[in-house]
Amino acid sequence: MWKWLHPYANPEVAYHFTGKILSWFSALTIIILSTGLVWALLFAPADYQQGDSFRIFYIHVPAASLSMGIYVGMAIAAFSSLVWQLKLADASAAAMAPVGAAFTVIALLTGSAWGKPMWGTWWIWDARLTSELILLFLYLGVIALHNAFEDKNLAGKAAGILTLVGVINIPIIKYSVEWWNTLHQGSTVSKLGKPSMTIDMLWPFIFCFLGFALLVATIICIRFRTEILARNSIRPWVRDLVISENK
Amino acid sequence: MVINNTLSYRSAFTLIIKRDLTIAFRHRDDILNPIIFFIIVVTLFPLGIGPESSTLSRIAPGIIWVAALLSTLLSLDRLFKSDHNDGSLEQMLLSPHPVFILMLAKIVAHWLVTGLPLIFIAPVLAVLLHLNENSYGALMLTLLLGTPVLSLLGAIGVALTVGIQKGGVLLSLLVLPLYIPVLIFATSAIDTSAMNLSYSGQLAIIAALFFGSLTLAPFAVSAALKVSTN
Repeated sequence: MWKWLHPYANPEVAYHFTGKILSWFSALTIIILSTGLVWALLFAPADYQQGDSFRIFYIHVPAASLSMGIYVGMAIAAFSSLVWQLKLADASAAAMAPVGAAFTVIALLTGSAWGKPMWGTWWIWDARLTSELILLFLYLGVIALHNAFEDKNLAGKAAGILTLVGVINIPIIKYSVEWWNTLHQGSTVSKLGKPSMTIDMLWPFIFCFLGFALLVATIICIRFRTEILARNSIRPWVRDLVISENK
Repeated sequence: MVINNTLSYRSAFTLIIKRDLTIAFRHRDDILNPIIFFIIVVTLFPLGIGPESSTLSRIAPGIIWVAALLSTLLSLDRLFKSDHNDGSLEQMLLSPHPVFILMLAKIVAHWLVTGLPLIFIAPVLAVLLHLNENSYGALMLTLLLGTPVLSLLGAIGVALTVGIQKGGVLLSLLVLPLYIPVLIFATSAIDTSAMNLSYSGQLAIIAALFFGSLTLAPFAVSAALKVSTN
């Protein structure tokens, strides 16, 4: 049943395959993301309460959900690397970590830029903000552990274990932070009353979300290919590749 | 130390605990220094914040728990480091016994020399911080259930970093985010008890964290050690 998947565990096949899908991903990213952003930032109607400042929503929400999605992707890669000893899964987890950290930072920065006009403050210890910050710490831990090992295979395994420990902890941390927040803080900040979106706001959002997801896929593909090359630099096929590209 | 095939799991477990306790008591500084660190960190807060007893009693639970986290972190290093350096850790991994039993024994021994003393010292420091009189029971109980979680989760971090030369700072980066739930529930239990309310809910969650990490952490530790010792 899984036979069709086996050839892709070979680094060379995976490298050329990701090369093919990379061109598709990057083309789609350019089309969809630019359409989505232009539509969202220029043509979508402004919110009746928040005015134009709500448009940051089109960047903030995709970044926040992707930052969590990438962690789950990393955990799946780490799990398959530990269970089936796939070296390429390690490489893909290594490729994902910095992208996820970057999107967490984007979500935090856009969130606080949005919070300033809406809540009147750059930062509140809201449950979502706090758990996003902790998610950033988890990402930084994985990246730091990855960099601490000389041997990239060991680094991948160690970071994989940490990722899995983290993924068990994420729900616990999330619920504990929510609980802590409701205990410690009264409703001093009125929650953003989110009306269910109208169609002409929803479509640009869908485009933005898809566009950012494709952007993530593109960046991860590029990083994944680089990881494959770095890990297989002594293999003959990599040398042939370098020679043929330098001609 | 001889581990032979005829040893039962239970005797292997107690043997490791005895061995680690013997080593710890021969290097008393390793036990005392984290405790002294704990005391010093707690005394720094009143100096930084000011001596008003109302402020201090409000933040006392947080101070004591953060200091406990930091001193546990400081003591974690000796959990596997010396054993890794002299090779006995590899012998344990090669022994016929399941690794997680041996690692659980090491973690228990570590908690006995670093977590347990904190429970006895914390009430004294709580007096210095004017902790609410109703909260002493909650403080002791949360420390009793919470510090083993710190040792268990910390052991995963140490196991991952034991092969790295400068693992100290890295360890805190890995472990501290994982400690957040314990901190939240412990301090909220103490706060609740100060208001004379029942804090059994928070205590139950800390107990759940304790049993969850007790069952899962030793496996993560042995997997991590197999990576670090290569």
